[in-house]
This record gives sequence, C-alpha cells and structure tokens, in this order.
Amino acid sequence: MSRSLTPRTVAIVLMVAALALLPLYAKLSGNIFLLTLFTRILILALAAVSLNLILGYGGMMSFGHAVYLGIGGYAVGMLAHEGIYSGFAQWPVALAASALFALVIGALSLRTRGVYFIMITLAFAQMAYYVLSGIARYGGDDGLTIYKRSQFFPPLNLSDKMQFYYVCLALLYAAIYLVWRIVNSRFGMVVQGVRSNELRMRAIGIPTYRYKLVCFVIAGTLCGLSGALLANHTDFISPATMYWTRSGDLIVMVVLGGMASSFGPLFGAVALLVLEEVLSGITEYWQIILGPLLLLVVLFARGGIDGLLGSLSRGKEAGHG
Amino acid sequence: MLLIIEQCLNGLQFGLLLFLLAAGLTLVFGIMDLVNLAHGSLYMLGAYFAATFAAFTGSFVLGALLALAATLVVGMVLEVIAMRRLYGRDHLDHVLATFGLILFFNELVRLVWGPEGLSLPLPPWLLTSVPILPGISYSAYRLSMILVTLAVAGFLYYLVMRTRIGMLIRAGASNREMVGALGVNIKLLYTLVFGIGAALAGLAGLMQAPILTVQIGMGENILILAFVVTVIGGIGSIRGALVAALMVGFIDTLGRAYFPDLLRMVLSGAAAATAGPALSSMLIYLLMAVVLVVKPAGLFPASGK
Repeated sequence: MSRSLTPRTVAIVLMVAALALLPLYAKLSGNIFLLTLFTRILILALAAVSLNLILGYGGMMSFGHAVYLGIGGYAVGMLAHEGIYSGFAQWPVALAASALFALVIGALSLRTRGVYFIMITLAFAQMAYYVLSGIARYGGDDGLTIYKRSQFFPPLNLSDKMQFYYVCLALLYAAIYLVWRIVNSRFGMVVQGVRSNELRMRAIGIPTYRYKLVCFVIAGTLCGLSGALLANHTDFISPATMYWTRSGDLIVMVVLGGMASSFGPLFGAVALLVLEEVLSGITEYWQIILGPLLLLVVLFARGGIDGLLGSLSRGKEAGHG
Repeated sequence: MLLIIEQCLNGLQFGLLLFLLAAGLTLVFGIMDLVNLAHGSLYMLGAYFAATFAAFTGSFVLGALLALAATLVVGMVLEVIAMRRLYGRDHLDHVLATFGLILFFNELVRLVWGPEGLSLPLPPWLLTSVPILPGISYSAYRLSMILVTLAVAGFLYYLVMRTRIGMLIRAGASNREMVGALGVNIKLLYTLVFGIGAALAGLAGLMQAPILTVQIGMGENILILAFVVTVIGGIGSIRGALVAALMVGFIDTLGRAYFPDLLRMVLSGAAAATAGPALSSMLIYLLMAVVLVVKPAGLFPASGK
C-alpha cells in the first residue's frame, strides 16, 4: 500500500483540522450551540473509541458499555455532592470505579461467549442502572445536579466552554493514540488473534481469558473517563446516562464508523450525532427514519465509513495500476 | 401466611409471563440463530393492540383475540421484510438491526397512539377475587393469567413435540438445508416460527396491559428480564426457559416483598430502607451471576449449540 494521499488519510486530516478550528468558528459566528454539540460528540466519541477496543479489535460484543459512562459520571457527581470538587480526586475515583466494575463484570461475563455475552453485559449494566435509580441520597431516578465542575490547577478552568472543548479533544486524541499503541503491541496482537480464532490461540499456549479480561478492563476504564467528562459537560448525572439504549448508540457509532479502525469511532460519533441533530430538525419523529436507516447500514454498508473510505482507496489504486 | 401465599401466586404469575417472552426469544434463537432485541416491541404492540381493539369492540376477550392475531401478522410481516435477511449473519448485525427496529417501533407507536399511555379496563367478571383455599381468595384476573399461560405452555409443548409442524421445526433447527432439500418450504416455516414468537410476546403484553399502563418503552425493561431468563435457562431450550422463568419470577416477587424486611433484621432501619430497594432489584442478577459461575451455558444448555 502506498503512503500517498488516500481518501482515508484526506478524510482524517480534514476531520482533525475541522475539529481543531471549530471553536474559533463558533466564537466568530456566535454559534455557541455548535460548540456544545461538538463537545458532546467528542466525549461520546471517546466512549466509542474505548468500545472499539473490545468490540472491533477484541470481538467482544459488549452491550453494556454505557454503564461506565454512568459510573464515571456518578463518581464525579457523588464526590461533588459530598463537597469534594478537586478533579485530582474525582477523576482517579471515576477511573478506578470503572476499572473495578469492569473487572468484576468482565470476570463473570467472559466465561461465556457469543450471544450469552451480549445478553449478560446488557443485564449487568441494567442492574447498575436499577441500583443507582434506587439510591435516594444521590437523587435516585431524578439524578443529581452538579453545581461545580471538576477543579484543576489554574488557569485550567473546565467551566470555560472553549477550554473544556480542547480538553475533551486532547483526551480523545490521547485515547485514539493509546488504543493504536495497544492494538499494535504484542498484547493487542494476541487480543486480535483471539477475535479471529480463540481455540487456536489457546492451543499455542496463550491464556486467552486473562488477555480478554485485561482488554475489557482497559476499555471500561477509558469509558469511565468519558463518563467523568460527560458529567462535567451536562453538569448533571442521572441513571438515564447508562440506560441500555445509550449502549446501543455506542455500538452504532463504532459500526457506523467502521470497526477495528483508529479513527472510525470518531467518524461514527460525528455521523450519528449530526444525523440525529439534522433529522430531529426535520421531524419530531426522527427515530422513525433513523431506525430503518440502521437496518439498511447493517444490510448494505457493513464496513461503515472507514470501509467506504478504504474501498475508495482501493478503487483509486486499481485505477492507477 | 395469607400474604405469603398471595405473593407466591404473584411470583408464579410473573414467572409464567416471563416464560411467554423468553419462550419466543429462545425459540427464534434456537431455530433461526437470530438475536431479536425487538421482541420487547412486539410485547408493547400486543398491549397497544389490545387496548385499541377492546375499546373498539367493547369486549375485553374479543379485543385480546384480535390483538393476538394482529401481533402474529405483524411478526410474520416483519420476518418477511427484515428478519429474513439477517439469518446466517453475525450476531452483532442482529443486535444493530433489531436495535434500529426498536427505535422505529417506539416512534411509530408515539406517532399513531400519541405519547400518553393507554389503559385497558378489565370487565367486571375479572375484577372480582375468587376463593382458592378456605379463607384465601385471589384476584380472578391474575388467576386467569396463570391458567392461560399454563395452557399456552402446554400447547407449545404439544405443538413442538407432538405435531408434524413441530417435527419440521425441530428438524429445521438441526439442519436447515437438509429439510429444504426434502421439499419442505423452510422459508414459510421460519416465517411461521417468528410469527408464533411474536404472538407469544404479544400475548404477554396484552395480559400485562390491564395491570400496568400501556406505554412506550414498556417492552424494554421486561425484555431484559427475559434475557436474564434465557441466559439462566440456556439459550435455545424451552424447558430451560420455563424453569428459569419461574425461578426469576419467584425470586423477584418474593425478594421485593420480603428482602427489605429481612435486611432490617441485620441493618439499622435507615440503612435498610436505603439499601433495600436497590439490593432487592439486584437479586435476580446475582442469581444469574451464580448460575454462570457454575454453568456458563445455562442450566439446560441446548444440545449441539
């Protein structure tokens, strides 16, 4: 494969440039809504990147990934509720709680595979949803308002929309880089090997269960970070953050963007959330369009956006050669 | 004592209701290898159809029968339009496509029936309570739910194990090509199986309709319980679904009723009051976790899967 300008590279460069310049445009045009929307997109893209690690590269079909959005968010919300505003306390707790939950859930769920795994991760996520709905001290069903965003050292101020956007952007790129490093390491090779043929990996002496579990925990922890950001973004956390349809949304982002590709989840998140925004502008009943659209993507465009860009690249090369 | 018997009957009734849903899920998975998240939507449609037809005809029973037929038809049409194209594909494709269908059905219901819920009033003859033991009476409607579900479970067993159609269904589950080669219209058979699964979900929905409000998203919470049931019972096994559904039904109902009281004996009043509701909703998931640790493929793993 030549390292020339393939459509995929062009698309990634354009996306990175657009995301970097977006706050300037928002400020100049006074369109603050755009900035808020895209901050949200970046945060959910981070969650999708983490899901892609287990779903795309690891072949683990978790249908409960949004649970870490809730756990990370509640870590921030609960600590803020108790008067602890320091991000240096809130964020590590968010990450640690997500990691711990992922460890327990993963240890149980990874004993199974295939459709069992889908249903079990879903069921455990719903369990967490009901448990948090039942805790009256932290708002129960109604959720918890967060009056002060996570405090870091000055001049970093997360209440500043522009600064917060760039924090999210930086963390998203860091996550994409981290996942890229992981999947290209020996560890990542093993995980991808397990996706293709677990029996064979076990036959050559690799303890696949442990590899999958570690991968599952990394993904959960990363998504917990996304949860902490999301709570800061909305200044609010409720069990609805981790409702199972949100897990479905994350899967849609990963598949729409293209599984097992570095920037795929970002493309998927942008595509899905912008599409939602556009459709809901057209009709109040926009999901009646989105639903069948998903069905069509599954049936006819399985490779997602990344696959589309890839096939454009191959078409170009074939034209040259 | 009185209350315990009533709660046990409630547990039985809820368990059997879960069985109706889980049986449809597990039937479709066992035979077509299809994961259908939209099963809860069919449950919801059953309830909406029943409320509408009952109001239209003025008769509860007639409305229920029409609703049952309508969900059967919706299920079969859905199979022909969408589900058929998903057979033999990745489970992730099933999850995504049927997730799309959930969004579609929820929005469709909102468009047709509006965002407010409906209610399905019971006829007077079902509103009474009947004596079941000397000195103990139980709601006639819940009792009739138990009887109807038991009859359906029996019919399902007879259909799958004792009839020619059932024989073809079982044969189609083990080898699709072979049954097709022997001249059986396997496509039609699958459409029928999906329709039956849909009708079972619809029946569960329309029976729950008078007890709960008929509302958008009503199918989703119970769908997850049905998943728990199928996972515990072993996916693809109807017998497993029945056993697991009864276990989940009893544990959930009795847990919610008595677990907070039990907790109060151990913890202080305030702590028990806080933790009680949260922990009792966890019980069935703990049951699932325990079953998975002991038997990762469920209590009755379907053979050959």
